[in-house]
Amino acid sequence: MIINHPLLGPRDASEFTHLGDESMIDRPDGMNEGAAEKFHDYLYLRDNPAGKYRELWYHEAGDRSWLVVTRDTVTHEIFKVELARDVARSRGRSK
Amino acid sequence: MRYSAFGILKQGLTGNKGWKPVWREPEPKKSYDYIIVGGGGHGLATAHYLAKVFGGKNIAVLEKGWIGSGNIGRNTTIVRSNYGLDGNQPFYEMSLKLWEGLEQDLNYNAMMSQRGILNLAHSDGQRDAYARRGNAMLMSGADAELLDRSAIEKMCPFLNFDNERFPIKAGLLQRRAGTARHDAVAWGYARSADLHGVDIIQNCEVTGFQMKNGKCLGVQTNQGLIKAKKTAVCVAGASSRVMEKAGMRLPIESHVLQAFVSEGLKPTIPGVITYGAGHFYVSQSDKGGLVFGGDLDGYNSYAQRGNLPVVEDVCSGGMSIMPMIGRARLLRMWGGVMDMSMDGSPFIDKTGIEGLYFNGGWCYGGFKATPASGYCYAHLLATDTPHENASQMRLDRFIRGNMIDEKGVGAQPNLH
Repeated sequence: MIINHPLLGPRDASEFTHLGDESMIDRPDGMNEGAAEKFHDYLYLRDNPAGKYRELWYHEAGDRSWLVVTRDTVTHEIFKVELARDVARSRGRSK
Repeated sequence: MRYSAFGILKQGLTGNKGWKPVWREPEPKKSYDYIIVGGGGHGLATAHYLAKVFGGKNIAVLEKGWIGSGNIGRNTTIVRSNYGLDGNQPFYEMSLKLWEGLEQDLNYNAMMSQRGILNLAHSDGQRDAYARRGNAMLMSGADAELLDRSAIEKMCPFLNFDNERFPIKAGLLQRRAGTARHDAVAWGYARSADLHGVDIIQNCEVTGFQMKNGKCLGVQTNQGLIKAKKTAVCVAGASSRVMEKAGMRLPIESHVLQAFVSEGLKPTIPGVITYGAGHFYVSQSDKGGLVFGGDLDGYNSYAQRGNLPVVEDVCSGGMSIMPMIGRARLLRMWGGVMDMSMDGSPFIDKTGIEGLYFNGGWCYGGFKATPASGYCYAHLLATDTPHENASQMRLDRFIRGNMIDEKGVGAQPNLH
């Protein structure tokens, strides 16, 4: 697989490590009510779709950026690659 | 028809014209007592034990494709019970004992061959960990031996003993481990289940569950609605997709694991050998091909095929420990979809929905578990209580903090 890095251009997937579901960007607030249940769902439960999937990849052997890759889990086709930082900011984080 | 040596001789002398289909192909009934969704190894084993041991009647196995078309037909055929944790080891030792009597139980040749598994250790720390694991195995009633370097040299002179970076320090040997013929396991269980009256319905895809007041009353399929008092899902890599239809999210990700077979060679490898410094395991099939594998590709996949970087990684692991395989040519390779759980251990449990049961999360160790998985799942279905050897394999173990994490890497399915 070739991941088209937004800053570095097309890079081989073997330069990256795979963390998992993009929902891990949205870490629950540990001080809120029901935090234990929310953390359980956040840490352990997955949608695991067959088809389009948004997931976190880390450019370990490169610029060490975190990316959100939109990929098809049936064909391995990659549709879109974004910086995880931009995705988090677009949801109102780190303002 | 019961198989026997005399029967084979008789058929051989009469042109092999008397063999009959091994199972029926019935039309689905309107309702059953038990529906098992998934006609793989675990599903068929569940049907067999439910009918034969627990006296279950009116059972159907629904399979989307043909039986045995999933991971039971795509694995590296290794059978062993060398786990370290309480929640696992007694279960896998139960499984190995069932393997040992499987062919007599099924009256079917599963080509069970107890040629042993040798886990190599390459550091003092790893040797200590294997000694500890061996003791855990002994305590569950399994066999385990810690070999020193000279014993390994005698047993496997072809290994690389000159590697300064990853020297062979010791090995954990389980002599009762081995390999079995994967397809024959599926066919043997299917035949036995069929003989005990189980309806095996192929090309029957479950498209949804029939729910009423929080109870599961049956399944919608491409062959119509089939009602059941108890519905038992057992679909390995497709677990998340099927249970999603019941509104459940599982602690499971589906990943691809590749496997490889070389051209046929003369007998050269005595049993199963695993490399402890890289991830590589190899055995030799009865036809002579070296059957080997290594790590997951590492990303979620339903593709049943992997990519080349892992091929290179696995082969370089093999070259590192067993340089002679560099002369063998790769014959074929394939991928299977693994239901990787969040702690690397499986589930055999009720769900929060009455009448709906779940078995899955076998990661890439499901084949060896086939008999015990079927037995314990049948026990759960028949009695509504977990079998003592599967009592920790629960869906709620994460929120209770009772993970069964053999490898100790946490909630990271691609690392288990």
